[in-house]
Amino acid sequence: MPIIKVRNLTKHYGNTEVVRGLDLDIKRGECFGLLGPNGAGKTTTLKMLLGLIEPDAGEILMLDQPIPLQARQARLRIGVVPQMDNLDPDFTVAENLLIYGRYFGIPDAVINSRIPSLLEFAGLTSKADTKITTLSGGMKRRLTLARALVNDPELIVLDEPTTGLDPQARHVIWQGLRRLIHQGKTILLTTHFMEEAERLCDNLVILDHGKVIATGNPRDLIAAEIEPGVVEIYGERVDAWAEQNGAAWCTRHEITGETLFCYTHDGTALIAHLREQCELRYVQRPSNLEDVFLKFTGRELRDV
Amino acid sequence: MKYFGPPQLSWRFIPVWRRNFLVWKKLAGPSILGNLADPMFYMLGFGYGLGSLIPQVGGASYMAFLSAGTICYSTMNSATFEVLYSGFSRMHVQKTWEAILNAPLTLDDVMFAELSWGASKSLLSGIAILAVIWALGLQANWLLSLWVIPVVVVIGLTFSAMGLVMTAISPSYDFFMYYFTLVITPMVLLCGVFYPVERMPEILQNVAAVLPLSHAIDLVRPLILGHIPTAIAGHIGAMLAWAVVSYWLAVGLTRRRILK
Repeated sequence: MPIIKVRNLTKHYGNTEVVRGLDLDIKRGECFGLLGPNGAGKTTTLKMLLGLIEPDAGEILMLDQPIPLQARQARLRIGVVPQMDNLDPDFTVAENLLIYGRYFGIPDAVINSRIPSLLEFAGLTSKADTKITTLSGGMKRRLTLARALVNDPELIVLDEPTTGLDPQARHVIWQGLRRLIHQGKTILLTTHFMEEAERLCDNLVILDHGKVIATGNPRDLIAAEIEPGVVEIYGERVDAWAEQNGAAWCTRHEITGETLFCYTHDGTALIAHLREQCELRYVQRPSNLEDVFLKFTGRELRDV
Repeated sequence: MKYFGPPQLSWRFIPVWRRNFLVWKKLAGPSILGNLADPMFYMLGFGYGLGSLIPQVGGASYMAFLSAGTICYSTMNSATFEVLYSGFSRMHVQKTWEAILNAPLTLDDVMFAELSWGASKSLLSGIAILAVIWALGLQANWLLSLWVIPVVVVIGLTFSAMGLVMTAISPSYDFFMYYFTLVITPMVLLCGVFYPVERMPEILQNVAAVLPLSHAIDLVRPLILGHIPTAIAGHIGAMLAWAVVSYWLAVGLTRRRILK
């Protein structure tokens, strides 16, 4: 029995179909990623899962509760980390946890007994009585994550948990999420950081224009969809080089601006060749989820 | 029309009310001062200043006459400011509601918390003015003046509900200026806060008669001046009608705004 089961979920605004017949099966205890470019329908999907907006069609069963009918019952057992921090600026760190716990109907004594471990989890033990307004972006995010755990949820839903964080802060959040996965929590996150999804997710779907365009385990997806190596070649004359040599050296290649992405099974010979082309710079790397993502969703900008 | 079903009630609004109370408690001193100082100085200034020129209004001192109006308009103002400016902050600027809606609360719970909080805060304003009245001995009958308190609760609920309609449709803080200049200020000037409505041309009297502040004053003024008000049920009913219709509309409009 999946913890979240979605069938044929559909939502449109005006004439725009934002979510088009989405199916999801998320297993208990896994970390599941919802990936997609801006406007793919990720946030709308999350809001429908939480019962905050009504779908036009489709079925959602989450924690055995039909949504949106029993959304309140489901949300009692869910922790949510929103895209934008919405901590209460009038309160201290500890008060934020207390106030939020009360929304779940948890007695003050129980919340207060949980606060020390939540602060420890967030690395904010020394900041318990600090005002929110003086916290750094990373601290706020950690507190928002800790706040989502105040009801000891079975499922944690995160909407772009690390957007806007510096690498250090991002790694701390990832570490926290891994701890939660280890404790057996189920995690559903949206992201457009492919590295994040690759590191954390057991399974994921890539959404575009409201539809699932790829699904699976990140490593399997990369192996199935993309050649194992990528050589990125930069330079003014990259067009000309591609025309002459692209087909010969690359299994598949794409040009964006002044960059050529050359997908290969073995780049050794290509690298040897490129060493002699002093006007071209290059980077060789293993292929990753971002390559899969770009293969499916294309390279053009989405927010224009 | 799917957003305009009847407002749902549940006890889950209480933690939200408590949240607002805790914020208020942190700033209680300046907040009480702000609630009290402005209407009190109006009352004392006009009461002594104009009152010395106007010996009696309807058989009472002008100060006593004015003090009853002041309770009503102070309660109205306090409720209105709370649900407009503070409510808008919580809904739109700080995204407090968004955080709450991820917990097992519904938008209807949040709205009811705003309504009851606006009424609670304005109750305090009304009582503060009442305390000044008691301190100055302006009431004719102390026991009768205690009945002002439940009336103030109804006034607070009515104007909180009306204000929530504005909050529901407001794009920014600036928008509230329309409500003040087109609704609140005319009401203060038409409904008999400073002078008897009977002094106005008949057409204005007819307009005033349907406005909720008139009904509030028709109840509070006799209670301060020592008479039992007439048509109590009618006045309470009129205010509650404004409250229920406004609240229903506000909930619908807010659902349409947030739940999409």
